[in-house]
Amino acid sequence: MGAGHAHPVYRERRTPVHDVPAHVKLVAVVSFVLVVVATPGTWYPAFAAYLVILAAVAGAARLRIGFIVPRLVVELPFVIFALLLPFVATGPRIEIGGISVSETGLVAGIALLMKATLSVIASIVFASTTSPREMVRGLERLRLPQILVQILTFMLRYLDVVGGELKRMRIARESRAFTARHLGHLRVLGHAAGALFIRSYERGERVHLAMLSRGYTGRLPVMEQPRVAASVWVRALAVPAAALAVLLGSWVLS
Amino acid sequence: MHVPDGFLNAPVSIATGAVAAGAVALAIRGARKELDEKTAPMAGLVAAFIFAVQMMNFPVGAGTSGHLMGGVLAAILVGPYTGALCVTVVLIVQGLLFADGGLTALGTNIILISLVTTFGGWALFRGLVMALPKNRVGLLTSGGISAFLSVPLAALVFSGLYLVGGAVDIDLGALFATMLGVHVLIGIGEALITVVVIGAVLTARPDLVYGARHLTPQLTLRTSSTASSSSTKAAV
Repeated sequence: MGAGHAHPVYRERRTPVHDVPAHVKLVAVVSFVLVVVATPGTWYPAFAAYLVILAAVAGAARLRIGFIVPRLVVELPFVIFALLLPFVATGPRIEIGGISVSETGLVAGIALLMKATLSVIASIVFASTTSPREMVRGLERLRLPQILVQILTFMLRYLDVVGGELKRMRIARESRAFTARHLGHLRVLGHAAGALFIRSYERGERVHLAMLSRGYTGRLPVMEQPRVAASVWVRALAVPAAALAVLLGSWVLS
Repeated sequence: MHVPDGFLNAPVSIATGAVAAGAVALAIRGARKELDEKTAPMAGLVAAFIFAVQMMNFPVGAGTSGHLMGGVLAAILVGPYTGALCVTVVLIVQGLLFADGGLTALGTNIILISLVTTFGGWALFRGLVMALPKNRVGLLTSGGISAFLSVPLAALVFSGLYLVGGAVDIDLGALFATMLGVHVLIGIGEALITVVVIGAVLTARPDLVYGARHLTPQLTLRTSSTASSSSTKAAV
């Protein structure tokens, strides 16, 4: 995919983290998150250690705090849920600043916030160092079924087609002074979505025919599949291994 | 809304991952029957479309906004199996490229947002289509009702999963009530968008709506008995 197909999170650079093949990175990040999720919610030092590990990886990828923090908004709906937990959870109540809250709910809310935040940071580090093309290739090497790989490829290919149509229709709507203010305006958005589907279907059909006429067989040509050196695996898996060491260490100490 | 990491405990996350993988494997087998060699391009397009439509937020009141889940919409447009694959791919992209929805919760999200809404919604849709008059209004009503019900249905399944593997013990009655309340509101939006989109596509390109195949008359091959005999002979 050439220019204009970049997605919002990916940052093109050459750093040790960018250079790790996508499938290796994917295994590492999922294992790391799994360790975070498996950690009991009250082991606060362990979570601090995870944050340090992530900060080291983000530093190696040359990602700034100012880049990561604004992207944490994706977890916002669940932050609200976590903040509500102390009030809706059952169990013994404690007083904080004159407000009665559930102790278990408070502990669980904090745990939820920590785990979700750490995992979102890990995902941001992964997403900002892996291009969509590499991610598809990585999933393919991890034996994702061929049909899903194809759908994924087409989806990423069509995202700009659909996104372009969406943008043009939004500009057309807004130049007629339209803003969605209440549920009644859903009708307008629905019509826009219907027109969007037909327009992008017909453009997508032409894209597909153009690909077929250029010899597309259902798989994108693979340039080369270099064997991944064991040292790369070791380096990438050192991240979840460090997290696991922290988890086991805290378990022994507690 | 996507379930993040750490919301359900590790065993439940792994179990939902395994269930989701198995169900997606079944959907792959089913999808081959629904569409022909254009399966992947068409499904990729629907996935991109649902991804784009999910970015259109609409206000649900009290300063919050909701967005489409799109399961029923996808199922009616391309069939339940392909629809499930489309929404699954959308979730994979959101999880991996946009850090939206947890990585270990991917299985949970696939079950809730993709499988429950497409298959649950499709079952409701088929049932309603049988019961209601076989015309445009009947079809759109079925689509709207099943889209509406699919959202609280997913919320119920989520509450069930939370009951098994929730990280916190909270009053379940309150959880069910809150989840249902919020999702009934989102469901109304989901139903309206689904109906209007299906209606618009049905008007312009009825051949693109999988769920409306029973409305288009079957093309019949005319044989010599119906065609004029002289022209048939000339053709032979």
